[in-house]
Amino acid sequence: MNLVTFSGPPSSGKTAVILKTIEAIQQQELKVGVVKFDCLYTDDDELYRKAGVPVKKGLSGSLCPDHYFVSNIEEVVQWGRERDLDLLITESAGLCNRCSPYIKDIKAICVIDNLSGINTPKKIGPMLKTADIVVITKGDIVSQAEREVFASRVSTVNPDAMVMNVNGLTGQGAFEFSTLLYDEEDHIDTVTGKKLRFSMPSAMCSYCLGETRIGAEHQLGNVRKIELGDE
Amino acid sequence: MIKKEELKNSTVNEIIEEYPYTESFFDGQKLAVDDGDKSLREIFADLTVEEMEDVVFDVDQFADSLASHIRNMQEFLGENDSVVGTLSILAGKDKDGELENYDKLDIKSGEIISIVGPTGSGKSRLLADIEWTAQGDTPTERKILINDAVPDKKWRFTGGKKLVAQLSQNMNFVMDLSVIEFLNLHAESRLIDNQEEVVERIFTEANQLAGEQFSRDAQITSLSGGQSRALMIADTAILSSSPIILIDEIENAGINREKALELLVGEEKVVLMATHDPILALMGDKRIIINNGGIKDIIKTTAEEKELMKELKVLDKVMTDLREDLRYGKNLSRISDELAAVKTA
Repeated sequence: MNLVTFSGPPSSGKTAVILKTIEAIQQQELKVGVVKFDCLYTDDDELYRKAGVPVKKGLSGSLCPDHYFVSNIEEVVQWGRERDLDLLITESAGLCNRCSPYIKDIKAICVIDNLSGINTPKKIGPMLKTADIVVITKGDIVSQAEREVFASRVSTVNPDAMVMNVNGLTGQGAFEFSTLLYDEEDHIDTVTGKKLRFSMPSAMCSYCLGETRIGAEHQLGNVRKIELGDE
Repeated sequence: MIKKEELKNSTVNEIIEEYPYTESFFDGQKLAVDDGDKSLREIFADLTVEEMEDVVFDVDQFADSLASHIRNMQEFLGENDSVVGTLSILAGKDKDGELENYDKLDIKSGEIISIVGPTGSGKSRLLADIEWTAQGDTPTERKILINDAVPDKKWRFTGGKKLVAQLSQNMNFVMDLSVIEFLNLHAESRLIDNQEEVVERIFTEANQLAGEQFSRDAQITSLSGGQSRALMIADTAILSSSPIILIDEIENAGINREKALELLVGEEKVVLMATHDPILALMGDKRIIINNGGIKDIIKTTAEEKELMKELKVLDKVMTDLREDLRYGKNLSRISDELAAVKTA
């Protein structure tokens, strides 16, 4: 089985890109499954089900979605193997832009969209910097110049990534993108023992443990302070 | 070849002096540089945990990434091979697996090719084949040649440089910038030498295309449809790095379409134009007829069609004038009895 991890800011078009890509992959008679990670709510699993794709969803609730992802990824891989998948895709939303769900030696894809503004590539941390392929969406509604500037900023932040434009509505580019996802030579039976590409966002302070009161005396553990001094 | 070890031992100032474009790289990577005279190795040794977190990479990964960036930029700047003299499409198959009805279609730079066919007929697929420089590895099995050779793979994956630029009716400006700021931003990303001159030229050309003039300081998001398209076309013609341009209809309002096409072909671009408008279609040298996923026919615009175009332009002018009159509060009157006769015939 192949494993591919998708990640990207909310509403950047991850699900649309994956659905269009799966259409192309299914034509090669490959069996694809998806596990969708989200925070509070998602009905994207319905969209996958409609497309005839085996799907599971996991909601992290009050936990950091990345921590939830890494604590469950091994079980997810086994789920995929039991279903005899050729390709297992995990999709996780990057909510704080500091997200970093990628695993070493496992294909990592970041989906970001042209509408998010040209400074966005700079704002996204390891999720963009350590991805193997960056998919840029919503190119059909912004000007050519904005597309060019956006793509060149992505390349500045991650010079090693392949950068592709995929249209999640029409599917333009999805076939081409799909050819990069599956590799016959690749067999993932387990991810136990593998490592994350970068450490996940962390906190461990009193608020992580349920503190609700505000004030210095209630702040314990890993606390960082904003610089408010005169410039 | 850029040596990673050398980069690690160089100071930030030395690196920027040798490769000026790395300034934006340092900025984009959010590396906290308090003293440009320190080497990368020294800077990384001094980073706090928080600063380390921001920059994501350790010194080795950072140097790798920097080396890749320099390689990308050298490729981007040093290239003259991005000139497309001839774009060739070798026949593939339609949706039913039938061979397409031609062997090889050559399109030369400066030529305009119209693409016609009903919705869903395969226009997007044709464009995608070109953009991907297909080599029999797409559903249509078409092959794309550039200057009669198999194109470099770089066209598929590099971020800063794509083979095809696109202009469509649905496109909008989304940045909060003035016209001049916007053009400067685009020019900066292209790293051109004579930025001021080029920006000025785009501004002038765009205003010549637009029905209504706009100023340097106008916000791009507040331009009218015609003004936006004029600016997009002038900018794409003069500043886009892509040698092939695909146009998806140009609405006949607020812009001089003929001049727009002249500007594009004048910049030695290959122009492909998907359209249902007979005036636009006939501006092409040839038109490709697409149906059921395949190219059914390639028709050369005939002398008679060029004559027809003159008549169509008269009709077009009549409508434009009426629109203008309406706009400025004039009463509209009948055009002529002949036209009425044509209409009712």
